[in-house]
Amino acid sequence: MESNLITEDKQKNKLEKALEILKTMASKPSGLIGLTIVLFHVILALISPYIAPYDYKAISPNTMLLAPSAEHWFGTDSLGRDVFTRTILGGRTALTVTFFGSLIALLWGGLLGIFCGLVGGKIDDVVMRVVDAFLSIPWILAMLLIVSLLGTSTEVLIPALGFFYGKGIVRVARAATHDVIAKDFIVSARARGHSNMSIIWNEIIPNVRDAILVEGAMRWSWMLLGFSSLSFLGFGVSPPTPDWGLMISNARGLMSFAYWSVIAPIVGLSSLIIGINLTADAFAKALGIDRSTKAPV
Amino acid sequence: MSEIIESVKNLSIGFNSQKGKQISILRNVSTNIKKGETVGIVGESGSGKSTLALAMMGYIKQGLFPLKGQCLFKSEDLLKMSSRQLEKIRGRKIAMIPQNAGQALTPNLKIGYQIDEALRLHTDLNKTERDKKISELLNKVRLPSPETMAFRYPHELSGGQQQRVAVAMALAGKPDLLLLDEPTTGLDVTTQAHVLELLRFIAKDTGTSMIYVSHDLGAIAQVSDRIVVMYAGEIVLEGPARKILKEPIHPYTYGLLKSIPKLSLAGLPASMPGSQPQPGSINEGCSFYDRCNLATDHCKKNSPDLEHIKELDTNVRCFNHKELINQNNNLQTSITKKSNNSEAIEVLKLKDVSISYAKQKFFDQLFNKISDQNPTVKDINIDIKKGETIALVGESGSGKSTILKSIAGLLKTKDGQIKFENDRILSSDLKMRNPNDLRAIQLIFQNPDESLNPNHTVEQILSQPLKLYFNLSGEELKKNIIDLLKKVRLGEFYMSRYPRQLSGGEKQRVAVARAFAAKPDIILCDEVTSALDVSVQAAVLNLLQQLKEDLGTTYVFVSHDLAVVRAISDRVAVLYQGRLCEIGPSQNVYKFPSHPYTEVLLGAVLEPDPDIKPKLVAEDIVEEKPPEKGCSFQGRCPRKIGDICNLEVPPWQIGENGNAIRCHINIDELASLQQ
Repeated sequence: MESNLITEDKQKNKLEKALEILKTMASKPSGLIGLTIVLFHVILALISPYIAPYDYKAISPNTMLLAPSAEHWFGTDSLGRDVFTRTILGGRTALTVTFFGSLIALLWGGLLGIFCGLVGGKIDDVVMRVVDAFLSIPWILAMLLIVSLLGTSTEVLIPALGFFYGKGIVRVARAATHDVIAKDFIVSARARGHSNMSIIWNEIIPNVRDAILVEGAMRWSWMLLGFSSLSFLGFGVSPPTPDWGLMISNARGLMSFAYWSVIAPIVGLSSLIIGINLTADAFAKALGIDRSTKAPV
Repeated sequence: MSEIIESVKNLSIGFNSQKGKQISILRNVSTNIKKGETVGIVGESGSGKSTLALAMMGYIKQGLFPLKGQCLFKSEDLLKMSSRQLEKIRGRKIAMIPQNAGQALTPNLKIGYQIDEALRLHTDLNKTERDKKISELLNKVRLPSPETMAFRYPHELSGGQQQRVAVAMALAGKPDLLLLDEPTTGLDVTTQAHVLELLRFIAKDTGTSMIYVSHDLGAIAQVSDRIVVMYAGEIVLEGPARKILKEPIHPYTYGLLKSIPKLSLAGLPASMPGSQPQPGSINEGCSFYDRCNLATDHCKKNSPDLEHIKELDTNVRCFNHKELINQNNNLQTSITKKSNNSEAIEVLKLKDVSISYAKQKFFDQLFNKISDQNPTVKDINIDIKKGETIALVGESGSGKSTILKSIAGLLKTKDGQIKFENDRILSSDLKMRNPNDLRAIQLIFQNPDESLNPNHTVEQILSQPLKLYFNLSGEELKKNIIDLLKKVRLGEFYMSRYPRQLSGGEKQRVAVARAFAAKPDIILCDEVTSALDVSVQAAVLNLLQQLKEDLGTTYVFVSHDLAVVRAISDRVAVLYQGRLCEIGPSQNVYKFPSHPYTEVLLGAVLEPDPDIKPKLVAEDIVEEKPPEKGCSFQGRCPRKIGDICNLEVPPWQIGENGNAIRCHINIDELASLQQ
């Protein structure tokens, strides 16, 4: 029974640690702003279907391109749809796709990077050259190809984005592993005869986790931008699903006289990206990865 | 009475903790530096010695600030000066020689240019005068061929030479005060002795005052006129070097001197209990109270002031210092070890072992062959008996750690065999060894900061070998961990701690516990005490000895420190450039006749005694790789007899007292030469 107590104690410690990191992140204005923005967007994405005042796909010729008013806070678009409704709903797909996309990127990029860093030698050489080759392909072209071949469903978009954004993580994870691998505790584990898997799991991951997580958080914001670019080009989600990239693309021709229909999704998209970036920065600083915050003493 | 050039008055330096509390690192420090005097500041890590030294040149590390007091250099307060004013003083009046010259020199500028920079900044000489001055300075620090030396880059110089360049740069501005922060700590023993000798010469020659900061009482004893002993941010003892070292009347200094292993003494040094208190944790009473065996209730409540003892010309911060007067005879004692049974069987045999770091050529790789005619380590034959402690000694590059790694299976051998128990050959590939052999041989590393996973608790660290080798889990695992902690004298509550929450000595104890968790037959110790403070080092050595006596473990102990080796080992093997020079029972290796290299090493050891001066018999050149033919020590040998040394590998000769020496000189002749 007592061993159970220990594990419970440990879990509690982990929760406490997470809370402590959040607290440190929120202790600086930039981190607080970032966290607030991200939290706001996540909550909005969760509750927006229930608070949306209008049907997002209801087309009405009577209400075309109305300026913002009490009835339509952000005005209406060229098909007479309520821009406020579509803006608060527009983040849902983007957030879900990119969140799971970055998770996949983190997993495969992180694990492959750690593995290459640990085994080194020829396997490392070959894998890294392949990764380099993929890095040299403009991702947007490759994505367009994939999407036109396989369609634009989320089942295609999530792994495809995850794959293309994981390449960079491979490098980061490998470099972080290289820092750790020279340390004596790895040599010690090797000399004891632990398997590679056990060394990765027990000795390396706890020490590179932070660096990879921060990298993943940064990738998330880039992926969000990438996903919106795809939508903007018409290769993301398909109409009439509300999506910021798509909304910007549809409304940009009318910018000169119906600016509201463009500004709302732009604000939505850029605020989320800025929020994630600020959060990732604060996260890095809270974990002590950022050099500038290290105590000089 | 000579002129005082710098005086520190009631200086306190501290920082604000996260909780907003003011925590002081230096507390009420006052001292004077006289002209032409060398003052040694000694203390363990965290005692505030570097903070004090840096404050003496008006530098306070970021995050720290002076709480009160002054640093008067020629009656001007350095701590109140603007950075402009300080620029005029630093380099010209006060110069600093850093600990690691390799890092202090700019890697992509030639050293002549770097010295020239200092000259341009601090003198009004023109180009030709400066060029002349550069070779003069390089000459002064005794660098060979100063003209060509000036055109070299820092990486082309050895550690000792880099340190000499740093000294030359510091001398460029003709300073009145030289600040040396552990200037010889990273150097080899022979190099260290040479650099110290140079510093002593410069102090005498130029009349410069020096502040010499070090944790090493041996080095301090060689250079200082006066010694300041720091403990937990306070000066606890201050006085003439000879008095401090011969008649230490503060219990900390007394204990420190006792805990230093000495060449002349067999057996282990006495250790001090506990470790230095963290800054901010001292509320009332004497800061040494917890570790002091003279402490009374009075010490717990009241903190002693620095008291001047007239007859010794010493300042001491202790109520009970009188009890230590005339105790100096006890300094030369040590704890005797149980001698091991010489009849014991051999557990590990190294037979003709050679190890090469050379990269395999493509074809050799195909046939798994290593072709290197001049490998890093060659022809090592050592038989290790059960229950003995055998030490491998040598300077950096002697191949001692390399041999250790290949015993552990981390490095493949080129030739030869490693035989374990009943002459069974151990594979040189780690993956080919069976789990039981892996369990039987364990490693302890030099630096516990690196050898313990920073993200694991002590419990997780210790459970790794227990889970791997014995498949323990749950209650039984926990019981075993507690037992292990008890063995290394740590309490149960350490289980949930992370390495960063432990002191250096505690960390190394955890590392020792991890090695013993596997119930090993042989433990390979790689410089296990060199990252530790002296008092902690003694405690770890005693612990290792105790565990060995209880459990019958065999140690292979690698160290560069001859005194430590003398204390712990039963047998010693001396290595130079990956070749054995001498091997024998430790009490005999430390006696003459010995191999010329052992003689050089023994001569360079710094003892904490101003009367024992190191004997510098060989040049401190660093050889890049072993010679292809002949004796490995031919390049530096002070007793070289001729061509035979260059051409033929010397034979083994066995002396009367059982130590084997590999030298062309007849062993009896060697004995009479070394008398």
